[in-house]
Amino acid sequence: MKRAGYRPSLELVPEVLAGSRAAIARMISRAEGGYAEAAEALAAIYKSAGKAHIIGITGVPGAGKSTLVAALIKSLSLEGHKVGVVAVDPSSPFSGGAILGDRIRMNEVAQASQAFVRSMATRGHLGGLAPATLQAVDILDAAGYSPIIIESVGVGQDEVEIVKAAHTVVVLSPPGLGDDIQAIKAGILEIADIHVVSKADKPEAAATVAALKGMLKLGGSAARSTWSPPVLTVSALSGQHLDSLKATIRQHWSHLKSTGELAVRQRDFCRTRIFNMARHLFQEQFHEGAEDFERQLEAVVSRESDPLTAANVLLGWNEERHS
Amino acid sequence: MTEPAQSTNNIRVLVAKLGLDGHDRGAKVVARILRDAGMEVIYTGLYKTPLQVVSAAIEEDVDVIGVSLLSGAHVPLFKELGKCLREQGAEHIFVVAGGVIPEEDYQALRDSGVDAIIPQEARAELIVTAITELVKARGRI
Amino acid sequence: MSLFSQEELANIRRSQAEWEAKELAAALKARPEEQAAYQAECGIPLQRVYTAADVGHIPAEELGFPGAYPFTRGAYPTMYRGRPWTIRQVAGFGNPEATNRRYKYMIEAGQTGLSTDFDLPTLLGLDSDDPMAFGEVGRVGVAIDTIEDIDRLFDGIDLEKISVSLTINPSAWVIYAMFVAVAEQRGCDLKKLAGTLQADPLKEYVAQKEWIYPVERAVRLLRDLIMHSTRLTPKMNPISLSGYHLSDVGGNAVQEIAFTMAFTIAYCEAVMAAGMDIDEFAPRLSFFFISHQDFFEQICKFRAARRVYAKIMSQRFKAKKPESMRLRVHVQTAAMSLTKVEHHNNLMRTAIQALGAVLGGCQSMHTNGLDEAFAIPTEEAMKLAIRTQQIIRDEINVTSVIDPLGGSYFVEKLTWDMEQEIWKVLGEVDELGGAVKLVVDGWFQRKLADSAYEIFKKIDTGEKVSVGVNRYVDEQSTRAKVEIHPYDDECTQLQVSRLQAVRAKRDSQRVRTLLEELKQQARTDDVNLLPKTIELAKARATLGEICGALREVWGPYEEPIAV
Repeated sequence: MKRAGYRPSLELVPEVLAGSRAAIARMISRAEGGYAEAAEALAAIYKSAGKAHIIGITGVPGAGKSTLVAALIKSLSLEGHKVGVVAVDPSSPFSGGAILGDRIRMNEVAQASQAFVRSMATRGHLGGLAPATLQAVDILDAAGYSPIIIESVGVGQDEVEIVKAAHTVVVLSPPGLGDDIQAIKAGILEIADIHVVSKADKPEAAATVAALKGMLKLGGSAARSTWSPPVLTVSALSGQHLDSLKATIRQHWSHLKSTGELAVRQRDFCRTRIFNMARHLFQEQFHEGAEDFERQLEAVVSRESDPLTAANVLLGWNEERHS
Repeated sequence: MTEPAQSTNNIRVLVAKLGLDGHDRGAKVVARILRDAGMEVIYTGLYKTPLQVVSAAIEEDVDVIGVSLLSGAHVPLFKELGKCLREQGAEHIFVVAGGVIPEEDYQALRDSGVDAIIPQEARAELIVTAITELVKARGRI
Repeated sequence: MSLFSQEELANIRRSQAEWEAKELAAALKARPEEQAAYQAECGIPLQRVYTAADVGHIPAEELGFPGAYPFTRGAYPTMYRGRPWTIRQVAGFGNPEATNRRYKYMIEAGQTGLSTDFDLPTLLGLDSDDPMAFGEVGRVGVAIDTIEDIDRLFDGIDLEKISVSLTINPSAWVIYAMFVAVAEQRGCDLKKLAGTLQADPLKEYVAQKEWIYPVERAVRLLRDLIMHSTRLTPKMNPISLSGYHLSDVGGNAVQEIAFTMAFTIAYCEAVMAAGMDIDEFAPRLSFFFISHQDFFEQICKFRAARRVYAKIMSQRFKAKKPESMRLRVHVQTAAMSLTKVEHHNNLMRTAIQALGAVLGGCQSMHTNGLDEAFAIPTEEAMKLAIRTQQIIRDEINVTSVIDPLGGSYFVEKLTWDMEQEIWKVLGEVDELGGAVKLVVDGWFQRKLADSAYEIFKKIDTGEKVSVGVNRYVDEQSTRAKVEIHPYDDECTQLQVSRLQAVRAKRDSQRVRTLLEELKQQARTDDVNLLPKTIELAKARATLGEICGALREVWGPYEEPIAV
């Protein structure tokens, strides 16, 4: 029984660029694992990325994201696109493990088409998408996949963060939210480029569409863009209005390019990624139990030092602050 | 090339259901056991073909494919699974079998590339250990 | 049960308090009880002892009399004194002839009703020569492709005299069509045909997992089957509303009954929406529950189920006929409770579970073989299983008195408690949008998976005892060998060759025309698909062709994410 050894990440890079599925998959694992050895390879891949249209699909659990993504994969693949999907699910805060179930809806269509579907757990990354998730997008991008769909659960902060990683943000709502719509949707009105109410065949879908339109009119969406977020309804199972959604996504992409907004967003993405990565590196380095961190921690706890001084020390900026 | 000293990768397992077997209670229980042991589990859902399972296993870069079979069709199905893994160049992925499997079929399964067979009344610890031992012995890839 | 006055009940409570302070306290001081708290398997707390005071709040009408609303004490006024429960052991494998032979053996041994298991391709609407059927033809049940197979299956068996239970679900309506067509061919009086189809789609999506079509379509097929069967074969039960499988995948006793009732409500609503009156079809609704390990919990479960059902039928659906409110149940003992280690212990487990079903008032029963769930039932194992029921029926004098445990303070209290828990769940289902919606959403599936994991953890830690497995473990003990139904190449070849022969001999053009007509009918919701299906059966259309045609129109089912 042949068992593979460790292949250096740099060796995988040309294979990734050539579109090898095994290499893509392995590279994503290297990114997830934070292998120091992989940094150079990931840098090279980043430089080759930047061509793909990245679509973020988010929404509360039960909205039907996976079903919609599966339908999009099938439809876009038939049009000749090489679709990449990164489906993000939360890790258990207790065990650090996760059950990643999105693939249940995507298996058949993934295997039958050229699409690449990767399930990723948040791995305790607080607030926003983990750097590895975005590196996975880079890898698929460099390998020639476009569009690349990031599917993530929209609960609180994470939902909002997807706007900093995707060109087109689609927010999916289940039909029939009714009165809850006020409470839950405050954040998402600002981030959605396209609102979709799922399960169009249900009678409540129309009412939810109307409610969302009403809220948008009240000025929910901040002037982030000259694009007016439409509210659509789709039935992923029957395919009803799916073409309309695809067309709207394409229109948004064109809009971003023709207005120069795309460059603005890319710049924002980079800014966010640098900050995210810095925070991630800081957390990795100065985790609970790390010697230098613990030393500073003790000092702050006993009031020999203070949080600002401690952070400066850890960052290597040992400037004293005087009151 | 040496392996990195530290990596924070969780063990990734694809829990799969092959063929016409509709029993998923065990597979779902195992998924939770593995999650509670810190692993990342991708569950395929029911009625998958060996090709769909292998395709998923490659994309997800899993360490292990765990198949629970209670229909009795394990011999032909694991044979087909092993063949798919070879053809797709994915023999580095471990295969663990569970469910209703008579002892006299164990050799046929091993010949098809199955690395471990979990008996039906196995404790959680045994299942977790079987998988972690396989991955540890191989080292990181 | 106001047999006691408020004053008497107060006296009893006072006496109990005295006893607790005196004798009980002393005993606890000398030696504490083994557990801090006790409960039934389903989680309902159990008291140390029950008195009249614990059931004082239950009105006498809740109890009633056997065979009368609310049927708590039994489905019929004379129960086993009038007619013992049917011994109905499942059989089915290989070619129809092989199953036919086993039927005749069981009838000789004393079985009084037939029950059939089908192979996976048949269950899932596939022909024996379908690529997905590879390795599965005739393996876990009998292979049926055409009407001629049904004819062989019941060769030499008088369909007017013996009742037949068919364990078939997504393709049930086709098997029914073939069954009826055979009976017609033989000149049987269709009004005399007796039997049951399992045919319960919602429990498939959440438990047994045999499916072909999207949820709502499967419900429509059932609706058509119920409506057609009610008029054509009035003695048949077109559905066996099944709780067994819900338990099998981890559901506790409350979930078993509550979820079954939720599904029942959905089906009744579908049939009534199509214009049939509740009293026309409800009398033929039958149930299938498990008899599990917690002896008293199970007995109370059956009583609570009867009472809940009677109330649903009369209050929610305004049924008028008592037959519409009467819950009739077939029971199977719990296969999941059987162990491979020291498998002879399974005889005792099964006997106790069977006794529970009898004290709970079942109408028919399948007792598991001692090697069930991990081996092919041998004739010996099946005979012992039948003997188990015969011993209970004829040797231990439990059938002379109806509902013998009725009136027990404990049994009435637990029955009451279980009933309340069941109503809670039903209320939740109603609030969240009804059973069909929740099946599509994966709500039931998640609850059952949660339950299954809880049970696993309890056995893993030893909290739940499995004798021989996690307690009283003896390394020297026998371990039954796991055996599976072997793949029978000969059987497959025979089926495939017969299929080819049928296709060659029949008028295939006519079959194609009829299939198109069926598809046309399936595009709307208001045509009953049974008549066309019976026509198709007679024309020698195959199971795979009929089921496949509808899949073309309706698409397949995709399971929700509920791990």
